[in-house]
Amino acid sequence: MKQESLMKRITGFRLFLPILCLLLVLLVNLIQTPTFFKITVQNGVFYGFIIDIINRSSGLVIMALGMTLVVASSGGTDISVGAVSAVAGAVCVVALGTGEAYQMPYALSLLLALIVGALCGIVNGFLVAYMRVQPMVATLILFTAGRGIAQLITGSFILYVKPEHFSYLGAFLPGVPIPTPCFVALFLILLTWMLLRFTTLGMYIQSVGINRRASRLVGLNSKLIIFLTYVFCSICASVAGLISVSRTSSIDANNVGLYTELDAILAVAIGGNSLGGGKFSLAGSVIGAITIQALTTTLYAMHVAADQLPLYKAMVVIIIVSLQSPVVKKWFSGLKSKTSYSEPAKEAN
Amino acid sequence: MFFRRLLIERVDLMATGTEILKMRRITKNFLGVRALHNVDFTLRSGEIHALMGENGAGKSTLIKVLTGAEEFETGEIWIEGKDHPIINRSPKEAQQNGISTVYQEINLCPNLSVGENIMLGREPKRLGAIDWKTMNKKAKEALQALEIDIDVTLKLDHYSIAIQQMVAIARAVDISSRVLILDEPTSSLTENEVNKLFSIMRKVRERGLGIIFVTHFLEQVYEVCDRITVLRNGELVGEYEIENLPRVKLVASMLGKDFDDLSEVKREKTVTNGDAREKIIEADGLGREGRIKPFDLEVCRGDVVGLSGLLGSGRSELARAIFCADKPDKGELKVKGKKFNAHTPLDSLKAGMAFLPENRKEEGIIADLSVRENIVIALQARHGMFKLLSKKEQEEFTDRFIDLLNIKTADRETPLKQLSGGNQQKVILARWLLTNPDFMILDEPTRGIDVGTKAEIQRLVIELADQGKAVIFISSEIEEMLRTCSRMVIMRDQEKVGELSDDDITQENIMKAIAGGQAV
Amino acid sequence: MSKTKSGSPQTDSVKALRQIKEKILGRNFLLFVTIVLFIAMYIGGLIAFKDKNFGNLQVFLNLLISNAGLIITSVGMTMVLIVAGIDISVGSVIAVTCMMLAAMMENANIGAVPAMLIVLVFGFVFGAAQGFLIAYLKIQPFIVTLAGMFFARGLTAVISLKMITITNETFLSIAQYKMYLPFGATVNRKGVLVYPYIYPTVVAALVIVALVFIILRYTKFGRSVYAVGGNEQSALLMGLNVRRTKFIVYIINGVLATLGGIAFCLNTTGAFVELAKGFEMDAIASTVIGGTPLTGGVGNVFGTLFGVLIKATIETFVSFQGNLSSWWSKIIIASLLAFFIILQTLLTMRKRQDSQ
Repeated sequence: MKQESLMKRITGFRLFLPILCLLLVLLVNLIQTPTFFKITVQNGVFYGFIIDIINRSSGLVIMALGMTLVVASSGGTDISVGAVSAVAGAVCVVALGTGEAYQMPYALSLLLALIVGALCGIVNGFLVAYMRVQPMVATLILFTAGRGIAQLITGSFILYVKPEHFSYLGAFLPGVPIPTPCFVALFLILLTWMLLRFTTLGMYIQSVGINRRASRLVGLNSKLIIFLTYVFCSICASVAGLISVSRTSSIDANNVGLYTELDAILAVAIGGNSLGGGKFSLAGSVIGAITIQALTTTLYAMHVAADQLPLYKAMVVIIIVSLQSPVVKKWFSGLKSKTSYSEPAKEAN
Repeated sequence: MFFRRLLIERVDLMATGTEILKMRRITKNFLGVRALHNVDFTLRSGEIHALMGENGAGKSTLIKVLTGAEEFETGEIWIEGKDHPIINRSPKEAQQNGISTVYQEINLCPNLSVGENIMLGREPKRLGAIDWKTMNKKAKEALQALEIDIDVTLKLDHYSIAIQQMVAIARAVDISSRVLILDEPTSSLTENEVNKLFSIMRKVRERGLGIIFVTHFLEQVYEVCDRITVLRNGELVGEYEIENLPRVKLVASMLGKDFDDLSEVKREKTVTNGDAREKIIEADGLGREGRIKPFDLEVCRGDVVGLSGLLGSGRSELARAIFCADKPDKGELKVKGKKFNAHTPLDSLKAGMAFLPENRKEEGIIADLSVRENIVIALQARHGMFKLLSKKEQEEFTDRFIDLLNIKTADRETPLKQLSGGNQQKVILARWLLTNPDFMILDEPTRGIDVGTKAEIQRLVIELADQGKAVIFISSEIEEMLRTCSRMVIMRDQEKVGELSDDDITQENIMKAIAGGQAV
Repeated sequence: MSKTKSGSPQTDSVKALRQIKEKILGRNFLLFVTIVLFIAMYIGGLIAFKDKNFGNLQVFLNLLISNAGLIITSVGMTMVLIVAGIDISVGSVIAVTCMMLAAMMENANIGAVPAMLIVLVFGFVFGAAQGFLIAYLKIQPFIVTLAGMFFARGLTAVISLKMITITNETFLSIAQYKMYLPFGATVNRKGVLVYPYIYPTVVAALVIVALVFIILRYTKFGRSVYAVGGNEQSALLMGLNVRRTKFIVYIINGVLATLGGIAFCLNTTGAFVELAKGFEMDAIASTVIGGTPLTGGVGNVFGTLFGVLIKATIETFVSFQGNLSSWWSKIIIASLLAFFIILQTLLTMRKRQDSQ
């Protein structure tokens, strides 16, 4: 029974660090701004730091969902998500047009944007799963070309969508006090969770990420599974792009989703997921994404300019990945006693 | 040759060639498992010395200890010319002590030229810059000394594996080593290439080096070696002159049987329904280039067919070809009388096959997943992606097998990596039993696990056969095979060479067949 | 087949031909493709833009002038890719280099030369930090340099959020020092004989290409870079110091990135936060198009030079054409990148099959 309590500690540990990170950031905020957790109602909608953090982190949460699965199945990262979100945003805006009324039905444009996003994912997934190109190298292509494509679609202009209805997705639905992106994020989290929980995908993705050869022998189609995670990741990126476009009711292909690939990877890592693939925790990534946004909001509150933010994020990344580094881990476990749960004995020979 | 004649004339081991390497009472444990126990090994100059043994015998560990890849606990290594024992802490130190190794997976850089690969780390310089001309000349000389004539300016991966192997040997010899270790160098070579390699080995021998030759191929040992050391279960079985050790005796000593004293262990006769038995597997000329030569095989309900042969004889490759773990490129396969054309293991799984692979760690367990997930995954794959087995079903299955196979685990949600080797193996067995297969391939199911579990697994195999399943059983331990198998297929040098059934299944017959039909 | 066996006089020539083919294709196939591509593009340019003086030597030299910084940076990137790493921080490093130079010269009144030296020291330290994390802590190069990219860009903003224009006279005199070539003079519209010219940055870039070529080809360190990139495990077993090799490569890369930044700054004579955004992708694309695959172990700095020239030629095409959006050059470069990546993948796939 001693082992069981040990087990619980290990499973508890998975989310321990991410939550601690988040609490730490929130605590700093509370000290800085005592009104941090205050939520007020203005113009019929909720206002407050917390609401702002959750609202602004929605896009990142959605991206982090896709990135989590990509990392889990292939042990690599998709660095094209930012560019893909720009492409999706551009497609949607151009499809709707800049007139007083929509050129194309709203739902159809959204669908079109998602389809184009999925196409990007198909390219990435094909290269990674079937051509066996390293994930980062494969997604580098769209990372480079994506923004160019988005610019071509928009004709290098910053385009505005006039009907007010368009901003609902990125702001508030009439009469609803909670920002719409929160609902979208929540919906996607639930959808992904159910997909993983009520189909076999969750088990398959982990299995392929942990041991690709063994997975093949038990009858899993490793390539297809990896392919699907890349497609899913691009669709998530597209949704995030659509939210971002809707927030400002405009598309600036140069800036939509800029640097979000880094934030998404960071969210996965802060969430306690190994960037080497295998076991993953969606909840961890979600917490990670919110932590990053909380950090950003905090830094803004401390009057750090937007352009200076990367400096601090970089420091966080370095600390977290250093802690994950096998060399550092080994060094740490060298400090601790080696008595507890050791791996099963290595076979002789 | 001087040494050779001496070897033949005198049986007294101490009198031949100078001893250039002595390993004495080497002991090494891996986390409580004994890998080497008081092993002695002696290498003389100008000899090719085969190091033989089955899986887990300790060959690799001995080589690793010698080359500095692993540390040893007690014992001494003496090398000629040093008045104190040496300890190699890294491959580099071993090299400085005159010990070089050529591995099966060639440890050279494929992207560099042949010349560089030979001279890397010792590049000749002129005016502080690498002198490519001299370097290539020197490399060429090193190769020519072994009568290999190739363009050294081409990239290494331009050449075949065999040539790469020879380049590796040339490098090793050129670093003026005294001891050359060849670790299974012939596994992926064709017959011609092997012959060429042997002629090079003989040339190296003429220069007075001692060669340690690790291989699984008996023919090759008798063709090129002067002396044999046999290990078993981490202990020294003996050191023999090649002339004094007939093949059958070699096989017997490797498999752990005193040939003159073969006690007959036998599976109790099970019911065989004569001709009425259904043929589950019929292979006709199935084969895969470079892995397993075309073979025919029939397996019926109730059969336990043993694949007997030494490691590397093609026994695993045969099994893998049937399951499509490595897709065969020749011949055809019938399952239950119907032509069967698999493209992936999933096809085989759906046709009612199961495959427990030899390499548990790399192909069997999914370490971070729980016991439950590891057990249900194959059945789940068979059901398809969207028909998830309910949690209740999964738990029921898991509990049933934990109970049935007596799997020792804290919980069904415990990650598989936390279980012991034997229990991990039982989980993999459970995984396949759950799919209720008609045909099971068990490749070394008892390897590296404790005696009690071994017996349980053997009993299980017989039970399965009695239930009407067809089983292919592969093991390095003949006794285990005798206990479980109703028929034996003999494998040698990547080829199926014969079958034994009924009363012909005796240790003596099997060993003779493995050894290659030569009389004792 | 039977012909070759008979030993007719043809045999030797056939053999020799095959050998030549093997030498070109086997050893430097990718470099070969790159050079052929560049020549083809250049000839295409000569035909398509005949009326716009594409053949003018100065047009060619401008390719070098406007990309001197990229050449220097890509040379560093080449070493990093050969050792099987990657560095996506170089764009930000160039931005911070420019910003540091500008801030030091304009706000702190430090002379041009000391400022450049200080910046180079920064490059050394930055490269060493990244190298340490990659080589000694074994963190994926992509993640480390991703953080490096963030860090350097953030640092740029911390130094100054405003654009700084450089007015330092020494610096500007270096930037505007034209070195005329003694040949290739053309008569311009006013009827004056004009000799083509280059800037000192071009000379620096070419010197660095030559220098790194020598290092990679004629020093033990250079060869171990290839060995480590080709097969780390083997390199270790052959007695090379793998970690130190990687460490030094990232240091050199850091220094070259800041040097590239100085060259870049001499072109822009000013700095702002968003400077050189996406520059890392230009450097990686040029290097890959120049025949250095992302998988490591193979590569050549001369190829990289041609890679940069190809990228520059595409940009010149797009600007000469006049009607195309500048984004087309990005998309064309990305397609070329995709083409080369797939070509390299197919080559390695074929090799894998051959060896089985």
